[in-house]
Amino acid sequence: MLAEFLQYLFTGITIGATYALIALGFTLIYNASHVINFAQGEFLMIGGMATVSLTAMGVPMVLAVVLAVILAGVLGIALQRLAIAPAKQADVVTLIIITIGASIFIRGIAQVVWGKQYHVMQNFSTNEPIEVFGAVLNSQSLWVLGIGAIMVVGLVLFFTKTLIGKAILATSMNKEAARLVGIRTQMVLMLAFMVSALLGSVAGIVVAPITFTSYDIGIILGLKGFVAAAIGGLGSGVGAVVGGLALGIVEAMAAGYISSDYKDAVAFSMILLVLFFMPRGLFGAKVVERV
Amino acid sequence: MLKTMMRRAGKCAAVAAAGLMMMSAQAAEPIKIGSFLSVTGPASFLGDPELKTLEMYVEKINEEGGVLGRQLELIHYDDVGNASSARNFASRLIRSDQVDIIVGGSTTGATMAAVPLIEQAQVPFISLAGAVVITTPVKKWVFKTPQSDRMAAERILADMKNRGITKIGLISGTGGFGSSGRTQTLEVAEKMGMEVVADVTYSGSDTDMTAQLTNIRNTKGVEAVLNFGFGQGPAIVTRNYAQLGMELPFYQSHGVASDSFLELAGSSAEGLRLPASPLLVPDSLPEDDPQKEVVQNYKAEYEARWDSKVSTFGAYAYDGLMLAVRAIEEAGSTDPAAVRDALENIKGYVGVTGEFNMSPEDHNGLDADSFRILEVQNGEWKLID
Repeated sequence: MLAEFLQYLFTGITIGATYALIALGFTLIYNASHVINFAQGEFLMIGGMATVSLTAMGVPMVLAVVLAVILAGVLGIALQRLAIAPAKQADVVTLIIITIGASIFIRGIAQVVWGKQYHVMQNFSTNEPIEVFGAVLNSQSLWVLGIGAIMVVGLVLFFTKTLIGKAILATSMNKEAARLVGIRTQMVLMLAFMVSALLGSVAGIVVAPITFTSYDIGIILGLKGFVAAAIGGLGSGVGAVVGGLALGIVEAMAAGYISSDYKDAVAFSMILLVLFFMPRGLFGAKVVERV
Repeated sequence: MLKTMMRRAGKCAAVAAAGLMMMSAQAAEPIKIGSFLSVTGPASFLGDPELKTLEMYVEKINEEGGVLGRQLELIHYDDVGNASSARNFASRLIRSDQVDIIVGGSTTGATMAAVPLIEQAQVPFISLAGAVVITTPVKKWVFKTPQSDRMAAERILADMKNRGITKIGLISGTGGFGSSGRTQTLEVAEKMGMEVVADVTYSGSDTDMTAQLTNIRNTKGVEAVLNFGFGQGPAIVTRNYAQLGMELPFYQSHGVASDSFLELAGSSAEGLRLPASPLLVPDSLPEDDPQKEVVQNYKAEYEARWDSKVSTFGAYAYDGLMLAVRAIEEAGSTDPAAVRDALENIKGYVGVTGEFNMSPEDHNGLDADSFRILEVQNGEWKLID
């Protein structure tokens, strides 16, 4: 009984941590520009695929990871420079549509470069599962949780302690005012895209051993990550994490105790409930309108 | 009198000349083979090798002089695994491209969406999808090359029965392939006096199936587990199965019969069994097996040309194209009705998938024995039966 519950919980936390990492990427760009970057899933894919193909070429794992993350960072900058920046005066919805276009473009290129099949990545440490009270945990789940925790803490520190982080927050609150106090808002936006691409690619790399990776993995995971971010309240780092974990755990519990047929339905009902009673999500900021 | 004779002769000559012109025009005109496949999208691992196979053998047949002295022309569309685009493309193939025969339809959904159109337009159609509904009940213009999921269920359950297993846990994907496989398994199990004691599902985009498997593990009396699905889902199921340390005999369907599945599932796949085409074990086939040469040739040619591993799905396209060519040759023309009749009467065609014996009652032409039972041993497919 306990073993069963623990098993569902572990499963839920593993899936949930994946969602949470992706949700964090959404949060970052949303904070900087109020844009929801639907190419976030593609950074995830780039991270996983680049690592897999580099290791297949004989590059050592650690170096492959670093190169993949750098590649994603460069892509993030390119996305901002080449697609978002030229549409300077466009409103947020237009920018969101641009990110959707960019995601389709990146996916298309990835399909040509890496082909359409699924790829495997080895677990970072052992393949042996870990047993806790009769339930088993994939050792990779610990990596996902650990790296996820580090990234969350890192992000919080970044936004509260560093000048760049504060500049990003300032830009998100009022672009004009930020510019007046000497913040180069275009530069800040570029940084936000880069950091979020880095985050996305790291997420893609740590989850790849669990989910496999392919050119279109970003669609599914990106969507779930977005849902997690919405539950948590767009723009809140803590919200992204709680939203992701909650979504994962609800899914796993529903699959285990009710029926896997209703798993997605239960997850959707949860989103509806949350957004119905708390339209800004669990941790969403209160809107203060000044006149 | 002479005048009328002259006139008649003139008419005859005119008719003959017109006929000759038509014939020579026809000789120059290629035979159009239409196709709609899921080359990209979630079912791309079906459509991709299928398209490569069609392209490669159309080229090869053309180099060798074509069919009935005419070249083949492949007209192809990518339906992205989407049933409604499949229907649109089928309509385009029939109406504007005016193809002579259609070989395609990677998934059951795409195939079934196109069937009503094809039946109406009366064009011979060879589907590359698995579900039993495609050719049962028999539809006049529709044929298919893969064994049906019902045969797979029969073959798996028969193998279980040989091992003394009567109570099974079933896990299946919610996609077309998985849900049809589930229905067939439930029916066949009842017929064979076996019991499905646990019955759970997962969706194609799930990244962890531990919860579902735990559910099966906690069900009393399960003696073996069967997973019906395709894509990366079954590979994740296999890994989760190993992680949970489940020791019961594990079966997969033919939906994962490819070397890439072994790569994805890795050591977790050890000991699992599945029904598959002999394509996965060409060299372990006995010398007197009629399929051995066909299978070896296809594998060698495909791998040399595309520098990637063959898959069972490409073989469905190979058989589909070869059946089409054979039917056109037998019919001696591309007249749709004649080609259809010829298809229906194909006997003893030895393909990669099996030996096809079509009849008016059977538009698939294979029996359950064309499936071989394979087991994964030391990371490789091993022929068991």
